[in-house]
Amino acid sequence: MNSTSWKEPSIAAIVAILAASVPLVFDAYWLSVSVTAMMYIALSTSWALFSGPTHYISLATGAFFGIGGYLVGTGMSDYNLSFWLMAAIAPIVATILAALIGLATLRLSGVYFVIFTLGLAEMIRNLVSWIQNNFLGSRGLYVLTDFTESHIYWMLLIIACCVYLLGWLVNRSRLGFALRIIGNDESVAKHVGINTAMSKVILFMTTGFFAALVGAVIAPRYTYIEPNQVFSPELSFLVVIMALLGGAGRLWGPLVGVIPFTLIWEFVSIQAPNSTTLFLGLVFLLIVYVLPHGFVGRIDQINKKLKERSH
Amino acid sequence: MRQTGSVLSVNGVTKRFGGLVAVDNLSFDVAEHEVMGIIGPNGSGKTTMMNMISGSFKPTAGAISMKGARISDLPAQEIARRGVGRTFQLVRLLPSLSVLENVVAGAVFGHRKRWGRDAEDQAHRMLERVGLEAMAYAPISALTYIDQKRLELARVLAGEPEILLLDEWLAGLNPTEMETGIELIHDLRREGRTIILVEHVMDAIRSLCDRCVVMSSGAKIAEGTPEDVLSDREVIRAYLGDDDA
Repeated sequence: MNSTSWKEPSIAAIVAILAASVPLVFDAYWLSVSVTAMMYIALSTSWALFSGPTHYISLATGAFFGIGGYLVGTGMSDYNLSFWLMAAIAPIVATILAALIGLATLRLSGVYFVIFTLGLAEMIRNLVSWIQNNFLGSRGLYVLTDFTESHIYWMLLIIACCVYLLGWLVNRSRLGFALRIIGNDESVAKHVGINTAMSKVILFMTTGFFAALVGAVIAPRYTYIEPNQVFSPELSFLVVIMALLGGAGRLWGPLVGVIPFTLIWEFVSIQAPNSTTLFLGLVFLLIVYVLPHGFVGRIDQINKKLKERSH
Repeated sequence: MRQTGSVLSVNGVTKRFGGLVAVDNLSFDVAEHEVMGIIGPNGSGKTTMMNMISGSFKPTAGAISMKGARISDLPAQEIARRGVGRTFQLVRLLPSLSVLENVVAGAVFGHRKRWGRDAEDQAHRMLERVGLEAMAYAPISALTYIDQKRLELARVLAGEPEILLLDEWLAGLNPTEMETGIELIHDLRREGRTIILVEHVMDAIRSLCDRCVVMSSGAKIAEGTPEDVLSDREVIRAYLGDDDA
């Protein structure tokens, strides 16, 4: 193993330690912004584990995230179960669901896959709302815990670190290499002996697992949970946009997209609460026209030019 | 004769696309160390046949077996793992990977699974084998057409296939490149590999193939040594039409 392969995880470890001190330094407002940012870092990074190399754009993040939040809500509110138990069950349920969805849909390619995942998220949202309204009697659920914002922030940070570590391990494995080949040419992938369906399903399950875990951990922050709120389609889009803004080609790409986006999003939400969708659209145009490979792609391009010039 | 027994058997294979019969009840055997050519006019079903052997398509009827075991029900990746390697009619490379990584891809998941240093060494050997070692760290965009073809061949060879399928590997090369290309396949033949090739270049067929299957409109119209089949009246009619036969 050479020194460069350890450079990235070492930097990541330092960043993680700095990030861990955020609740000790920031005031309540900035801590709240940091929780949001950390949530999106975990979600976008895990989204990019699957969608980065394969180029399959999934809009199902909201569905898995919702399962996490909803199961914690219903478990604690309706069945008096502990937060920890529900936070452990939710990701498993989401992983099983992701496996089923994966097996059924990963044959779809391109825009069909995108539309399917969007439709699926909506279907789950409506199904859960319907069950909730018709059989469980109450519309909302209470998630009451002793957690402070700092606790939630640290839990999210740990999840984000796990996602990063897992991504680093996957990138160095046969599975990671297989996904890069699939993203290049699925037909070649099959003919060199890669079980393409299995590889994709495993990564899709991983994404589902982490999205549900994040959804479960963030649930205490909302206190009161409604299916329509946790199964938000907007969340799915935000995760995709942030990951693409940073660049899904690198493990740290989503991170550099999430931070500026969350700050500007926060600013826009306060200054012009009715223009958030407009802002979302503008960022999307920016990605398509100016940053097709995100900040990461631009940085790589600049590095390459500098190298050429020095030769 | 170098034949020592059949490695691949195609038994009454038919492929229909809706109403179109692309391959019609085709049967042939390929012996170990044999170079078998599949020839025929455009649209006669040669590439469809190759696609069925490699598992891209499933036959509508009939069976393909490798060393006695049926492979025509298996997915492409399973057939690749059993030792069938192929190139594509239109070269297919992995553009975001380097030249070396393209070959490593063949070594890692193929018939013999390698990883890390072992896979890279194997990839370097294969690049040397096809004469592309100097380009190992170049991007794909820097390759000429024949180099792209060489790279694809290196990727397939890296998986150490027992049966090599070359789908018009010589097509699109200029005369100088063609010579190099034919020489390369000759080397593979001398190594005693089992090769099935689809080709239009008659000189290549004459000098490379032990036997040929001639297809026309999906059916086999002749089988034998290149010399025999190329002088067959039926074959000439298929290629040139009734007047010239």
